[in-house]
Amino acid sequence: MSALDTARQIAEEVRAGTRSAREVTEAALEAVGADEPALHCFNILTADRALARADEIDAQRARGEDPGPLAGVPIALKDNLCTRGVETTCSSRILAGWLPPYDATVVQRIAAAGAVVIGKTNLDEFAMGSSTENSAFGPTRNPWDRSRVPGGSSGGSAAAVAAGFVPLALGSDTGGSIRQPASLCGVVGMKPTYGLVSRYGLVAFASSLDQIGPFSCSVADAATLLEVIAGHDPMDSTSLPGAAPELVNRLDEGVQGLRVGVIADFLPDASPATAAALRRAAESLASAGAKLEEVSIPELMNGLAAYYLIAPAEASSNLSRYDGVRYGLRVDAPEVTEMNARTRAAGFGAEVKRRIMLGTYVLSAGYYDAYYSQAQRVRTLVSQAFAAAYERFDVLLGPTAPSVAFAFGEKVADPLQMYLSDLYTIPSNLAGHPAISVPFALGEDDLPVGVQVLAPALGETVLFQVAAALEAAADPGARGPVTRVEVA
Amino acid sequence: MAEDAQSGELSVEEVGHIASLCRLALTEQETEMFAGQLSAVLEHVAAIRRLDIAEVAPMHHALPLENVLRADEPGPSLDREEVLASAPAAEDGRFRVPRILGEAP
Repeated sequence: MSALDTARQIAEEVRAGTRSAREVTEAALEAVGADEPALHCFNILTADRALARADEIDAQRARGEDPGPLAGVPIALKDNLCTRGVETTCSSRILAGWLPPYDATVVQRIAAAGAVVIGKTNLDEFAMGSSTENSAFGPTRNPWDRSRVPGGSSGGSAAAVAAGFVPLALGSDTGGSIRQPASLCGVVGMKPTYGLVSRYGLVAFASSLDQIGPFSCSVADAATLLEVIAGHDPMDSTSLPGAAPELVNRLDEGVQGLRVGVIADFLPDASPATAAALRRAAESLASAGAKLEEVSIPELMNGLAAYYLIAPAEASSNLSRYDGVRYGLRVDAPEVTEMNARTRAAGFGAEVKRRIMLGTYVLSAGYYDAYYSQAQRVRTLVSQAFAAAYERFDVLLGPTAPSVAFAFGEKVADPLQMYLSDLYTIPSNLAGHPAISVPFALGEDDLPVGVQVLAPALGETVLFQVAAALEAAADPGARGPVTRVEVA
Repeated sequence: MAEDAQSGELSVEEVGHIASLCRLALTEQETEMFAGQLSAVLEHVAAIRRLDIAEVAPMHHALPLENVLRADEPGPSLDREEVLASAPAAEDGRFRVPRILGEAP
């Protein structure tokens, strides 16, 4: 058998009893064992728990019960998702060793669907970054070229799927942290509508923007995982009421007659191969029957500046909880404020400190209106511009990232250059809309390029249909898994 | 202060003040580095400060949800011992912290 089968194949065979969850889990752990030391996708591997869980699923199946739509499917979790009794660090020294007393809602839901958690994946500290270089525990390497970054912040999850360690992973996306690494690693990565997936147990970065979503090698697998994790949760006050969009059963309805707008404003800053891939992707949708038109939405280009005020503002508030009192690191001092300040100085890395200070500054008296309120007004304009565009189009199309995977150290010294990696992904977070990155072609240096589909709130059904059409037209060589490890 | 707000340039003193507001004991070297980097970011975002959009309503959130409340019924909570097991210091079922008020110990 191969660890590289799709999640849907694995679940089907485990449910049918033609393959055991234990076999699948052992194969995944063996695949991890070979390449993980070089790639560093994981902060922690949970092999013993995974095998015990696999045995439970096999026992369920033996009793004649259905283990669920993810029966026996190995999955990796970004290490900012709380797992009861399993270390959850956010790749930060301040949380190293922390054992959460509860499971995130998404963790409960994938467990109930039969998935087997293999480990917790590396990220930019507290999900702040676009390369996974900001991890306190060392960077993750891109399986396509180990001298390059996997993107970020969910770089460990993207790389674990691209390397063929697991067919599924969960990440979180605040300004592009699922879609950008998906593009750089040649895998599918999707950010759902804000409120569709519960954030209960996701360590908060910017609460009005954060959303959990799937990574996979195929569009159908991403849809399957999203169906499992989507839906109302009373534990999250921002969770949407009502039924979640239907995805898997409607995946093959095609794009005939769909109105697709190609966002012209995104093209000038994209690398030549990225722009070329986008044009070919657009043409492929036209060939499949979609109505194609270029559209200019200049308001979206102000999204980056608004985001880098709003997200740090929310982060400065959310991260005030790391004060050396309730969990994580404490650096002792005779007096409490000094203990707080020394703990935070020792526990946070440079990027987290930068964003906490930026957020504190823009929320402080005298600057609040000039920066923070102004950014929120721009957020309104971005949302209104999207609303106007969606009167004319069913979905929008653009590149996911400006370029293919970049080299280690290339952008780390200049925070602003790093922030520009998220130029095309941020507007969807500001508006709370869904978006997906689909690997489409090989670009510069034969590295994968993703194409992004954007849809209005709760437009996931059509979003996935367009993604499936793009996948059908894409260069299969641009898609992970990278190494074809066959396990007997 | 008002002039600084206009230029977006942050001085070392201002960065020191911000660091004390958000409880970060920075080294001198860090303070200098952050002054330069934060000024560069503020300069970049200054473009949106010049937009004439005072009449646009600020958007706080993507969802129109309001006053999401649950029924006021007791339910299970986290286990106290399990929660305190993660704390750097605990005593008698509570979090233990260093001296908070300024008086002599």
